[in-house]
Amino acid sequence: MTPTLVLVIVAAALFGAGVAVMLERSLTRVLIGFLLVGNGVNLFMFSMAGAPGLAPLLVDGVDEAALSDPLPQAFVLTAIVINLGLTAFMLALVYRTWWLAQLGAQGDIIGDEEDAEEDAVETAGLIRSTAEDDRAVQDVLDASDEEVRR
Amino acid sequence: MTDALVPLMVLLPMLGAATALMLGRHLRAQMAVSTGVLAAVATIAVVLLAEVDGSGSGIAVEVGAWPAPFGIVLVVDRLSAIMIIISAIMLLGVLVYAVGQGIADQHRETPVSIFHPTYLILSAGVFNAFVAGDLFNLYVGFEILLSASYVLLTLGGTGERIRAGITYIIVSLMSSLFFLSAIALIYGATGTATIAQLSVRIAELPQDVQLMLHLLLLIAFGIKAAVFPLSFWLPDSYPTAPAPVTAVFAGLLTKVGVYAIIRAETVIFPESDLSTLFLVVGGLTMAVGILGALTQADIKRLLSFTLVSHIGYMIFGIGLASIAGLAATIYYVVHHITVQTTLFLTTGLIERFGGATSITRLGGLRSASPVLAVLFFVPALNLGGIPPFSGFLGKVGLFVAGADAANGTAASQTLGTSSTGPAWLIWVVIAVGTATSLVTLYALARFWNLAFWRPTGDVEGYRSAMIDSMQEAPAGATLVATRTTPRLMVAATTALVLLTVALTVFAGPLYDLAGRAAENLRDASVYVSLVFPEGVR
Repeated sequence: MTPTLVLVIVAAALFGAGVAVMLERSLTRVLIGFLLVGNGVNLFMFSMAGAPGLAPLLVDGVDEAALSDPLPQAFVLTAIVINLGLTAFMLALVYRTWWLAQLGAQGDIIGDEEDAEEDAVETAGLIRSTAEDDRAVQDVLDASDEEVRR
Repeated sequence: MTDALVPLMVLLPMLGAATALMLGRHLRAQMAVSTGVLAAVATIAVVLLAEVDGSGSGIAVEVGAWPAPFGIVLVVDRLSAIMIIISAIMLLGVLVYAVGQGIADQHRETPVSIFHPTYLILSAGVFNAFVAGDLFNLYVGFEILLSASYVLLTLGGTGERIRAGITYIIVSLMSSLFFLSAIALIYGATGTATIAQLSVRIAELPQDVQLMLHLLLLIAFGIKAAVFPLSFWLPDSYPTAPAPVTAVFAGLLTKVGVYAIIRAETVIFPESDLSTLFLVVGGLTMAVGILGALTQADIKRLLSFTLVSHIGYMIFGIGLASIAGLAATIYYVVHHITVQTTLFLTTGLIERFGGATSITRLGGLRSASPVLAVLFFVPALNLGGIPPFSGFLGKVGLFVAGADAANGTAASQTLGTSSTGPAWLIWVVIAVGTATSLVTLYALARFWNLAFWRPTGDVEGYRSAMIDSMQEAPAGATLVATRTTPRLMVAATTALVLLTVALTVFAGPLYDLAGRAAENLRDASVYVSLVFPEGVR
């Protein structure tokens, strides 16, 4: 069972790049980082199958020792599908925060403690405007729903 | 016959979710589908518990008749059956409450048409995690419930919820990546992901490899269970969600993590011994969690902190590594799921009725609504560990098991080959646990004093050192006091309060059941022989 070195190196590079991007504050970059690390994990899982071999089809006369391990492939396929779903959701979330940002809210910037202390007054104003934004967004949503119903 | 029932517990909620989605705007039909499905799962779980409790072992089902190490295997023993029953009952209670809220709220704060399908998918994920006999299937169960929880937490997509949800979502995504990497490494080291087979093969690995795999898996589970220091995300993300969503998350999602830790300790890594780590982390979780709760003025945040704190008791029970410790842990998990969920539901009622969740703005609730007062008072005392409630019984059970383990008496049979931590450490954690219980009571009694006993007229301009020491929640939404308590919401909450009382009244038989469930976990070979009756290597 000797896994290929290439897969390991690529997985490590994806991990490193993904974590670096994820440390940014922007939600879009976090999503990109998640995608990179997610694919890194998938490759990593794939490399656990050992050396590549023949397609795992049990037909007559095939040498079972020469087949590659199909189980990690099944795992990776499942993980890819899950990642796809999560990515779709995250994209919707990114879009929504962008929309909220357009309306004047803080958007996808998650303030940390120091920021919050620095501009506490400003934040109080923002909170108030957030509630208004929420209502505005809700109105837009309601209106679009109405249209759909018609 | 009963074998066929096991996959149904996952399938029914999935099919129910699809049906509910198709029913779209027919709210009544959706309600009928989701309550029916959850009631059916609860019934199935009761039947299965009767079956496995009678036979003394459990049921292992190979899905699609693919043999165990290759196919998906679902395992039900007493522990999983107990967890599924209590989860199904809780999910059902909260659903009724949510329906009541939806009917009462004329304006569409939450898009109801997707609530029911998402809620059922969350249930399917929870049930799948409880019956998974395969590490990868456990991962899939986690992903199902997490994906659904992302949607529920950001329901309506308001700015405040999205900001709180982002923390939760990113932390959960990371923990999933951790879990997947752990599975990859475990598969690389052992060539299997079936829990029963891992139990045999992990023991053959060198000690240091075992330790690394063990810690990696525990980090993934620890984030989900909100164990200190991996609990930072919880108090920031739970409070902003709608009351029923918070209630379900608080009650169930962390306990799925605790369940996974119990399985990891008893079946996957019976040889690798981390009892001391568990005791330390358990004690710290209790202390840090409850100290956080003390400074909160907002009841939702306060409860989120007590939630973290009380996870510590379960970790302590697991760290004792004895049958008695596990039995107490299982009873405590059941107690805590019920009480924490109920308290969050009551908070939802307080929010509607009083128009606020902060003690700086609430007052005079007792005379305004005696029903609400009772609904809050009973579970609050229960959580604080006042005798004779189940919280008291659970904690006493844990402490007695701890004292037995520390004294090395006969009652403290250890699990498998693992040993308990040093005796002085156990006594320290017991002391911390007692203090935590008292501080919980203090925090809840303070909320009670200010919100329920303080006259309404005192609220404006009321100053005290007590209130000055507390922080307001960073982003308080503008709430409207409706001064109403919709009948369905009150009925659901009352039913759950009665259930917490029932846990006390029937504590004897329930504790015996928890003891028998723990007995099943005594030896990993019990679990292994369920899946592989002919033995495995």
